[in-house]
Amino acid sequence: MTADNNGETPSAPTLSPLLQIVTDRLGALVIEHKSALGDDRIHVARENVVEALRILRDDPALAFDLLLDVTTVDYLGQPDDFETNLEVWDKNRNVMRRQPQRRHELVLPPRGPNPRFAVVYHLTSTTHLHVMRVKCRVPEDDPVISSVTSLWPGANWLERETFDLYGIRFEGHPDLRRIYLYEEFIGHPLRKDYAKHGEQPIQEYVGPGAKEPRRPH
Amino acid sequence: MSDPEQKNLVAPTSGNARAMEELHTPPMRLQFGPSHPATHGTVKITLDLEGEQVVWSDVEVGYLHRGFEKECETGYYYQNIPYTDRLNYSSPILNNVGYCMAVEKLFSIVTPPRCDYLRVIGGELSRLADHMMCVGASAMELAAFTPMLYLIEARELMLDLTDALCGARVTTNFVRIGGVSADMPEGFAQFARERLDKAMTLVEDANKLLTENPVFRRRMEGTGYLSPKELVAWGVTGPMLRAGGVAYDIRRVHPYLAYGDLDFEVPIGEHSDNFDRYLVRMAEIPQCRSIILQCFEKMPEGPVDANDPRVRWPGKGRVFNRMEELIDQFKLVTEGGMAPVGEVYHAVEAANGELGFYIVSDGTGKPWKCRCRAPSFSNISPLSKMITGGQLADVVPTFGMINMIGGECDR
Repeated sequence: MTADNNGETPSAPTLSPLLQIVTDRLGALVIEHKSALGDDRIHVARENVVEALRILRDDPALAFDLLLDVTTVDYLGQPDDFETNLEVWDKNRNVMRRQPQRRHELVLPPRGPNPRFAVVYHLTSTTHLHVMRVKCRVPEDDPVISSVTSLWPGANWLERETFDLYGIRFEGHPDLRRIYLYEEFIGHPLRKDYAKHGEQPIQEYVGPGAKEPRRPH
Repeated sequence: MSDPEQKNLVAPTSGNARAMEELHTPPMRLQFGPSHPATHGTVKITLDLEGEQVVWSDVEVGYLHRGFEKECETGYYYQNIPYTDRLNYSSPILNNVGYCMAVEKLFSIVTPPRCDYLRVIGGELSRLADHMMCVGASAMELAAFTPMLYLIEARELMLDLTDALCGARVTTNFVRIGGVSADMPEGFAQFARERLDKAMTLVEDANKLLTENPVFRRRMEGTGYLSPKELVAWGVTGPMLRAGGVAYDIRRVHPYLAYGDLDFEVPIGEHSDNFDRYLVRMAEIPQCRSIILQCFEKMPEGPVDANDPRVRWPGKGRVFNRMEELIDQFKLVTEGGMAPVGEVYHAVEAANGELGFYIVSDGTGKPWKCRCRAPSFSNISPLSKMITGGQLADVVPTFGMINMIGGECDR
């Protein structure tokens, strides 16, 4: 053992160069970090998201000036790398790898202990050209997170889209309303518990002029 | 706005505003769209006008929303490739490439070099068709009908080449995970050279009709301005960003496929207005042609598919005669290729900007989440800012040069 390790701790993962700078600058704001498949990712708490993203944008060594994407993943409380080492063919356990009986049937994994959603930000820098992913866990019963429209005006529509499809409310957003679906739509279709075949009839229009009598032609 | 010429342009409208104040006329509400002959895209713009000046605007998208991401979550990885054709239907192969490269990154598959070159050829054909369509349609909306006819004919030649390459003109479904559907047909290089030469003559004709045309220039120059800093802050990418002088092209800054070996230029503009966006697109067209011709020179021989049993479809002859391949086929059909647990983001340079796919895998044959970062969506979000304060007539060229594609923006 000692001959192999040469005194180094084998469990400490080597950080990628980008994550070294990021963890150095953000310090305790980084809850968890990981480099996998060529991507760098950090987790921050949702109270600190604006502060952390502001540091990432303004620090000259990082300079993440281009917000590529804001979206959400509905993890159903599972951890980021889900539950591994599950038996594929064990029919008695409610495992997620079990195959559905029919083509469009969705077999959902059990709810996990973590907060249900993860809001995901993809950032890049037009000067240093590095890309990074920032994630924030948001619980189901209080799906609220601070808006980053004050940092990037381009976050406006991306956050509206996330609100529309996942029901995450962004505090401080100037104009938070649905963007793809109509205002009367019930539910948020990209949540995992919204069935793909859960079609709903066109909801009644309740906006201005709804109760006016039909115009004669 | 510190430019003195700009001030001269604004001066008459301020007089107009004073007249409006004296007359106490409320602003007129104008609904522009969702299906308007002067916009090539399904989008509704609500404008408040004082005379000809836009004082407030609101942009509404979503008329083509059809649940691409929800649909992807219920299909195996390979079953989602045809959906990506329908994202940006002007340049479908680029979408195929973007999605398949993201999945390959998840599976850690390395594609053979011949496949990379074929993808570059297909992608650049798509980019040519997209730029021709964008410039032609925008010119038509500014009442220049003849260049549109030339450019649509040139685009038709590109679609002929796409047809020869993969058997379909628009819904290509050309790229597979780990490869492409088939090698290029015999004599394709010669066919492509002829067609590209013919198309370049047509583009040159359109160029002569447009670039020096005073009416076209007066409507394009100085309109739709956003400073480079604002462009970056709004998340704008692609020809719009490069027209502002920011040389951000993913083919150059993160070379993927065979782009590292190819010699091409990234044209950039300086004024960040509609005319520079037009010029950047027109300057990219010969570059795309040069890339395709270089690919024919440099393309190595070899297989076009990564021989990976998780994603490879075995040939029918082998399926019927060998047990292992029969099992492979059975597993692929019934449960898809089992992906490792993880998440990836991979971006390619599409015709309008950075097209990224963010895929989260839970270890099954279906993506847990498949997110498409569409360039049109981010590019059109500052439209309201770009048109407010300008003239009503400037809305049309600004919208045309954003080149919003409904299928991609609304997904």
